[in-house]
Amino acid sequence: MYGKKVKLRFLFLSLILTVLILTVFLVLKSLEDNVVYFISPSDIKELGEIDYDKKYRVGGMVKKNSVSMSSDQISFIITDFKNEISIKFSGVIPNLFSEEKGVVAEGFLEDKKFLNASKILAKHDENYMPPEVKEALKDK
Amino acid sequence: MFDYFNPYRIFKINSTLQKIIFLCFILTLSIGLVEALFLSPEDYLQKDSVRIMYVHVPAAWISLGIFSTIALLSFSVFVFKNKNFILISKSLAPSGILFTLIALVTGSIWGKPTWGTWWAWDARITSMLILFLFYTLYLLSFRIFEDQDRSNKISSIIAIFGAINIPIIKFSVDWWNTLHQPASISLTEKSAIHSSMLIPLLIMTAAFALFSVLIFLMKYNTELIKIKNKGLKRL
Repeated sequence: MYGKKVKLRFLFLSLILTVLILTVFLVLKSLEDNVVYFISPSDIKELGEIDYDKKYRVGGMVKKNSVSMSSDQISFIITDFKNEISIKFSGVIPNLFSEEKGVVAEGFLEDKKFLNASKILAKHDENYMPPEVKEALKDK
Repeated sequence: MFDYFNPYRIFKINSTLQKIIFLCFILTLSIGLVEALFLSPEDYLQKDSVRIMYVHVPAAWISLGIFSTIALLSFSVFVFKNKNFILISKSLAPSGILFTLIALVTGSIWGKPTWGTWWAWDARITSMLILFLFYTLYLLSFRIFEDQDRSNKISSIIAIFGAINIPIIKFSVDWWNTLHQPASISLTEKSAIHSSMLIPLLIMTAAFALFSVLIFLMKYNTELIKIKNKGLKRL
């Protein structure tokens, strides 16, 4: 239907686009460590050496019954259901922070099992529902 | 047959269409806002702050959709050498950049009460910011280059480059750990948003889509007037 020139231009542009996508993909792949926003407790365990002057962001679930609060400090455990890490934090916690919900803690590592957080962010999951539906789901 | 593509005819059809779409937009927006702000239930976890979703998510969808369209048209500009595609893309871009900005700002406002931060350099948010920069570059390219042939070419190249960012935005939440939550709605799976919240979301999306069509038609007519003023017989 189309002329030879149109076909040629289409092929040439498609080729350029493929090369571009491949380049971006490979660049992102090699920069993966910087693209991820947080690492899991298992990633921490696999770290070769800890950089004590570097801030790490660790994310996962707040372990059930692990939150304990005192007047100026909160401590809890982040788990990815394989490995765990203890967090100590003093400051304002976000509204959505609660047990068995996602969380990201940023701060300095004391060792591979302990992080002194300077910032806590709550991570939300993709589920949205009215309270009644949540209750009904719980009853099941 | 070719009479259908007569700019004067298009201008006239376009003007009447604008009025109809304006009415549809006002109607859909009113229904959508009442549904989203008053009738829909609060979220079990986020309470009332979930209502920001009804602006944030449609704005993000539309901004992505418009950029994909612009990129596809720009690709076709090189293949088919049809200058009307440039006119269409150029008229689509203003509502696209507006909705990108709305998505970024409402996301930030939503992030503070829920995540606990206004901004995070995670993959989803950063790639969305890059989309905003691409929109800016795209629109600037028409202003900076005096020579129309050159500005047409450069803007199309910018759009094609920017297209690579689109799948990155879409899949960033699946490929990497991000603070932003993964997608709630997909074509193949059941929606993770309860239907009482999904319906207002879809109505708001329709309202925003109608708004972008309206702005598109207005901008397209302006471009037609510009061409007429230049006294060009063809594009």
